Amino acid sequence: MDIPYTVEIRRDTGLTNGKIGIWLFLASEVMLFGALFASYILIRTGAPSWPRGDTILDVRLATFNTIVLIASSVTMVMAWASLMRSRFGTFRIYMGGTILLGLVFLVVKYFEYTHKFHDGLLPSTNNFLAIYFTLTGLHGLHVLGGMVVNAYFWGPGAKLWKTNPTWFTNRVEHSGLFWHFVDLVWIFLFPTLYLL
Amino acid sequence: MSTDHAVDIDKQVRVYISVFVALMVLTVITVAVSRLDLSVPVAVTVALLVATIKGTLVACYFMHLISEKKLIYAVLIVTGAFFLALLALPVFTHQNGYWIDS
Amino acid sequence: MSDEAVVTAQHVPHEAHHEELGFWRKYIFSTDHKVIGIQYAVTGLLFLLFGFCLMMLMRWQLAYPGVPLPIIGNLLGDARMPGGTMLPEFYNELGAMHGTIMVFLGVVPLAVGGFGNFVLPLQIGAPDMAFPKVNMASYWCLFLGGVTMLGSFFVPGGAAQAGWTSYAPLSVIAGTGQTWWLVGMVFLITSSLLGALNFITTTIQLRARGLTFMRFPFFVWSQFVTAFLLLLAFPPLEAAAFMQLMDRVAGSSFFMPSGLVVSGQVLDVAGGGNALLWQHLFWFLAHPEVYVLILPAMGIVAEVIANNTRKPLWGYRSMVYSLVFLGFMSFIVWAHHMFMTGMGTAMAAFFQTTTMIISVPSVVILTALIISLWGGSIRFNTPMLFAVAFLPMFGIGGLTGLPLALNIADIPLHDTYYVIAHFHYVVAPGTIFGLFAGIYYWYPKATGRKMSELLGKIHFWGSFVCMNIVFMPMFIIGLAGVSRRLFDAGATYDFAQSTIHWNVVSSWGAWALAVFQLPFIFNFFWSLRKGETVGENPWQATTIEWAAPSPPPHGNFAAAPQAYRGPYEYSVPGAARDFSPQHEA
Repeated sequence: MDIPYTVEIRRDTGLTNGKIGIWLFLASEVMLFGALFASYILIRTGAPSWPRGDTILDVRLATFNTIVLIASSVTMVMAWASLMRSRFGTFRIYMGGTILLGLVFLVVKYFEYTHKFHDGLLPSTNNFLAIYFTLTGLHGLHVLGGMVVNAYFWGPGAKLWKTNPTWFTNRVEHSGLFWHFVDLVWIFLFPTLYLL
Repeated sequence: MSTDHAVDIDKQVRVYISVFVALMVLTVITVAVSRLDLSVPVAVTVALLVATIKGTLVACYFMHLISEKKLIYAVLIVTGAFFLALLALPVFTHQNGYWIDS
Repeated sequence: MSDEAVVTAQHVPHEAHHEELGFWRKYIFSTDHKVIGIQYAVTGLLFLLFGFCLMMLMRWQLAYPGVPLPIIGNLLGDARMPGGTMLPEFYNELGAMHGTIMVFLGVVPLAVGGFGNFVLPLQIGAPDMAFPKVNMASYWCLFLGGVTMLGSFFVPGGAAQAGWTSYAPLSVIAGTGQTWWLVGMVFLITSSLLGALNFITTTIQLRARGLTFMRFPFFVWSQFVTAFLLLLAFPPLEAAAFMQLMDRVAGSSFFMPSGLVVSGQVLDVAGGGNALLWQHLFWFLAHPEVYVLILPAMGIVAEVIANNTRKPLWGYRSMVYSLVFLGFMSFIVWAHHMFMTGMGTAMAAFFQTTTMIISVPSVVILTALIISLWGGSIRFNTPMLFAVAFLPMFGIGGLTGLPLALNIADIPLHDTYYVIAHFHYVVAPGTIFGLFAGIYYWYPKATGRKMSELLGKIHFWGSFVCMNIVFMPMFIIGLAGVSRRLFDAGATYDFAQSTIHWNVVSSWGAWALAVFQLPFIFNFFWSLRKGETVGENPWQATTIEWAAPSPPPHGNFAAAPQAYRGPYEYSVPGAARDFSPQHEA
């Protein structure tokens, strides 16, 4: 049985099911990270003292990671644009680049974390570190999740390009929306945790 | 569908590159500003302002929000309202001075 | 294979409907919304029964504190009931898990997962949900959550004991069962989030031609608003659950204040945390959650009333606007659960005001439903009995909420039995009656057979009388100032003695209530084989689900239906029959 508006848009809304679905999911993610930011605000304003981010965390590594993630957003949207231009090979390159940059981000994060642990800085040490590890940890899990989905579309999922290129292009766009959202969260996380 | 919009896509790609450059510049600005010895309220305001501009660029251009449909805007506006309530109300409930009788 | 491969075929890959699916794909790992709906409904009913059993155990302790429970008391082991006498820790486990299971594993899966999944696509004329595989995933998330919650009873220390509200710091220092509770909640929340985005997308995109929003059956509106509540309110609790897991497992202090002393020892944590932060994040969900519990039931009651009065709902438009307004307001009232936490008068005034405002749309909906009865040709079948009884029961529940909304009046009532009575009136003879109405009403659509009316009426009258016997006395006990969650019902307090005998009344009412569920359980299974067989539209109803066969096949409708009129065109002057179905030209 075919579900209508999976590939073609419904005229009165101008949207496909998938486009609405992914934005609704992102709306729930806004509330998820919003709760963590609200917690950060409440804990910080209630604390007698709070360290400046750059006194504990590595700003250079995080700046590098910011550049990496923003670059990966560019490669992601270029991957979709390549499909819109019917250039599958170019799509493969850009999508591969996105996954690789995501991997770089996580590797840097791994080094950041292990360095902290090595110095005895744990979530149990104080609330600044607790919120740092929780926020960046949850964000990192989202990066990982996005990478898995992107890898699926780079690899086994790419079969769909042959049988239904429009649907494949749309699904890559939706995956891209998730990826950009993850970048967007980092854009706020970075100054909040590292610079303030 | 693909070939009809080839010209549009070329224009879009130019926009993506410009946005990327803007995001890089704003990243440099936000790190540079953090080096100045600003008071906490000013530092927070500037940092959030820059982050909001960066976020808006990502949302509007990479996520195509600038040309999205009304339904998506409606969902996001409602979400935004609740997001603000979640950020503001707990801290107001415990702020000493105005909101709480100290 | 050229990289610049051009399109060859342009069809959407779909399930192989040409070959028969095997047993596992058809009944267990199905992507059909009807199968998933039934899975949710059966799971929900089983957990409602289990949660009810937990409560019956509690009621023994409340009626006869310290008295060994005959037979059953000896089966539960020395860790829970040594010599058949209930330990306080076990009472707390029962209390926490009764609440958690009834809300998250009973009512929501039945009301939203069950009724929403089964009825919604049929009522809007759709072949299935927009995302069938996501739908299946959402059920199995619920299943995993349920297994986790049940499993928690068997870990050392037993299940969660810090209330369904899991307040810090008690929940942070509690035993392993609490960790299992948190993990279980993550599964349940994920299930609801996946379901919510499916419902919203489906309602907007897959509705039939001609089915505009203001032609939706009220049930569709109620599920639509409920889905938004789930989508946007649950994530903060998921975040909070992660944070409490961090506190418990990684030793952080999100919710742990500095200098906390437990059993004479200062706790070895960093401190600096805020126990109220947990309360804010919890109640940010849990208040909209109570509307998640009531709205689907209101939707069901609206359908059953319109159908059994043979006239349109009175004030449909007002009901819809009220529903949407209620949904919005539900996000900004939550701290009325926190009036006793020392908030300043300005914020208390804010939350008191929003809470009083939110009572208005509820009253509008209830009033419209009551007025809808006026002048109707009322058929008192079993679904209608439950639907009509819902009205005064929800009325009592809602009105008794008003003193709790006012922060001054809340001071003597907070955390007393008054609160328990209030919310049980809304959920038990409120929502659950609405859900029973829905089961008796849509059972013929799902199975092709009607349930026995005689057994249904016995079930109804017994339940109606017993529900009031159980919960009405709790208002009296609460007004006397007796706290909730006391494992001996206040036996050691002087001020509680004047009302303590009411616990015996409530307990016998609860056990009698259990007996009256037996005709329902029997009826449910017996009617599958022996119930009167029916065609498409046994209730002569107007909404689109009644156009499909009973039960509907995969894909639901032979041809995509179209809507030509509103949802409740009953007794239209000049029409041949007393109902004009929405989908008939």
